[in-house]
Amino acid sequence: MTFLNIDYQTLWFLVVGGVFTGYAILDGFDLGAGALHLFFKKEKSRRIALNAIGPVWDGNEVWLVIGGGALFAGFPVVYATVFSAMYIPFMLFLLFLIFRAISIEFRSKEPMIWWRKMWDVSYSVASIMLAFLLGVVLGNVLQGMPIDSDLEFQGNWLMFLNPYAILIGFTTLFLFAMHGGIYLTMKTEGRLYAKLTILVKRAMILFLVSFSIVTLYTLVFIPHLSDRFKETPALFIVPILAFLSLANIPRLVSKRSYRSAFIFSAITMSLLLMTVVIELYPNIILSTLDEANNITVYNAAASEKSLGIMLLFAAIGTPLVISYTAFVFWTFRGKVEIDEMSY
Amino acid sequence: MDVEILSRIQFAFTVSFHYIYPPLSIGLGLIMVIMEGLYLRTGEKVYETMARFWTKIFALTFGIGVATGIVMEFEFGTNWATYSRYVGDIFGSALAAEGIFAFALESGFLGILLFGWNRVKPIVHFIATIGVFFGSMFSAVWIVIANSWQQTPAGYHIVGEGMQARAEITDFWEMVFNPSSIDRLTHVWIGAFLAGAFLVLSVHAYYLVKNRHVELSKKAFKIALIVAAISSLAQLFTGHHSAEGVAENQPAKLAALEGHFDTSAVADMYIMGWVDKETQTVTGLRVPGGLTFLLHYDFETPVTGLNAFPEDERPTALNAIFQFYHIMVAIGMTLIGLSLFAVFQWWRGKLFDQKWLLHVFAWSVILPQIANQVGWFAAEMGRQPWVVYGLLRTSDALSKTVTANQVWFSLIMFTLIYALLFVLFIYLLNKKIKKGPHEDELNEHRPKQKGMAEVI
Repeated sequence: MTFLNIDYQTLWFLVVGGVFTGYAILDGFDLGAGALHLFFKKEKSRRIALNAIGPVWDGNEVWLVIGGGALFAGFPVVYATVFSAMYIPFMLFLLFLIFRAISIEFRSKEPMIWWRKMWDVSYSVASIMLAFLLGVVLGNVLQGMPIDSDLEFQGNWLMFLNPYAILIGFTTLFLFAMHGGIYLTMKTEGRLYAKLTILVKRAMILFLVSFSIVTLYTLVFIPHLSDRFKETPALFIVPILAFLSLANIPRLVSKRSYRSAFIFSAITMSLLLMTVVIELYPNIILSTLDEANNITVYNAAASEKSLGIMLLFAAIGTPLVISYTAFVFWTFRGKVEIDEMSY
Repeated sequence: MDVEILSRIQFAFTVSFHYIYPPLSIGLGLIMVIMEGLYLRTGEKVYETMARFWTKIFALTFGIGVATGIVMEFEFGTNWATYSRYVGDIFGSALAAEGIFAFALESGFLGILLFGWNRVKPIVHFIATIGVFFGSMFSAVWIVIANSWQQTPAGYHIVGEGMQARAEITDFWEMVFNPSSIDRLTHVWIGAFLAGAFLVLSVHAYYLVKNRHVELSKKAFKIALIVAAISSLAQLFTGHHSAEGVAENQPAKLAALEGHFDTSAVADMYIMGWVDKETQTVTGLRVPGGLTFLLHYDFETPVTGLNAFPEDERPTALNAIFQFYHIMVAIGMTLIGLSLFAVFQWWRGKLFDQKWLLHVFAWSVILPQIANQVGWFAAEMGRQPWVVYGLLRTSDALSKTVTANQVWFSLIMFTLIYALLFVLFIYLLNKKIKKGPHEDELNEHRPKQKGMAEVI
């Protein structure tokens, strides 16, 4: 079945990609803010930084839940294979998700310095690890994993901590730190703002360096990822636009146009993830054992009837979600103001 | 211990712990909507104070609910990958719907509910509160539909064979309105209202015993009491209806609930008892023919017993199922008695005169918590050996690539984290309660609320 000449499976692949992109753009800045947290030394600065994401982080995190659900519903084979194959990394991810959530919630509930410092560290470490693990998962998806003819994983989880995946883990961390830092500049003023301008520059440089290394490494050592572009050279426009968008960020940052920098940071993430989608399609999980065992958008998909229903849900749900999200962000626009309800 | 039993223990543990929180979110959500609604309608500050107070408690339960809930979403994939492949079409789509329609709504408006008191007009804040409440109710809808489909599958057909077999959807509405979803959804919603109401009753009863926040607590207590009384009575109906459904669609489970072994015989109902699986006898306080009567309104119609099913298609933890079910019913009856008695005292004008009654209410918060847990234990253990009743066995649903050692790691991890979480939850909850509702009355920085203040 198709809609606008695109088959349901491909459409759903784009939906899942879209949801995870949304997650990266939204929770990416929460995680980034968390990664930078310990650089803020003063109690007031830390409270402001927490409250910058305070009203929105939970809603942002929901995009992960929706993404997971969308994967389960649309590509149950991918969901089942990846989640069980990467058991320990996913469990650690849950551990850090829980700690991130409770650190934010509990930190300011007690006045003791040791209490607040402890939760500050917990919050920051959890955010850093989450960003890193997301990159590790992506890195492994890009490389493929040993999948047998029953589309089951045949390997050992330690293989997921390979150099390429770790490199992408760091790249993701630096990207989110930059993205989160830019977000925080929009919400702060005074000395905290001044400090952030420096942190953003540093995170940006780290990201640009690690991203360049990743790109070179990918082109040289993981040639299969370039296949799609060689077949359809027109698609090169996507990574080129990604590079241009990325290059624009330092320019905007040096001009202190942080709102625009944030927008371009979001655009860069979208284009990069679109590049990933192009690199993989129609495969989702490549089998390093045998190409015939690749998990594709077709063999992993739920029934067409189910996909049709899910696409309808997405069509109805997306405008709703975007409107409440926009309303909440608009309500809390401007610089952070601490009141008695704040974290 | 093998990977199956470890995975089952882990799932049971993580979902039970999770289930402390969403019902409180739903129940407190209802109460917050009522309190804030009363504030908007009457303009009386006391309602605003109580609404703000309960919002803070709500925030605590909501946060832990989310953190422990994401664990559940992932756990289907990590530990039950074969199940996930089998039911992705159906169960997966219910979960995705839960995410996009319910979670987005509640988490989205949560920001305004918690932090927007001073930033938006009162009516807008009220809409946010309603949004969060509806989001939580709607979330229950999808997850109960998903679980009900496991109990009474409908609207599907099986495609493929053996390893590749899976359930595919044939009719969406038939799947959603499968034979047990409505009964179970209403039962879960009301169980949640009871959890919330009794927490509110408990806290305000405590304040009244200590002679603190008296005026506010009397009003809040009455609000919660009305919810509790209506809910506990309604729960009797939803419970009865659910049991009738179980008798029709999951007869092996029904037989296990009352320890009914004979292949086909008039069935007794027990007030309490003890099931001996080996001798197939139940010893206890019984109402002869009671179960037959509840199901068929006579004392003659036989009820199918456990022996009618092949041994490998019967639930095995018979005494446990029996006890959990009976504890739930006993608590349900107690809650009815307690709330009706209190309503009677209210009618006589003596509600707050008897300290002993307030003490009982202070402790009663634990009752709906226990009932909500053991009810689910009976439901899920009674469904065994199936994970999808009659179609897929739990033992066939595991993740093939996960080893026992990996599950030991995660099980120990969850035990430690959740123990920590629970301690922190109780500690912070206790602190908030001790602090009470009146601590931030001195704040006048509320530009949007000025209009309201001028009216009063």
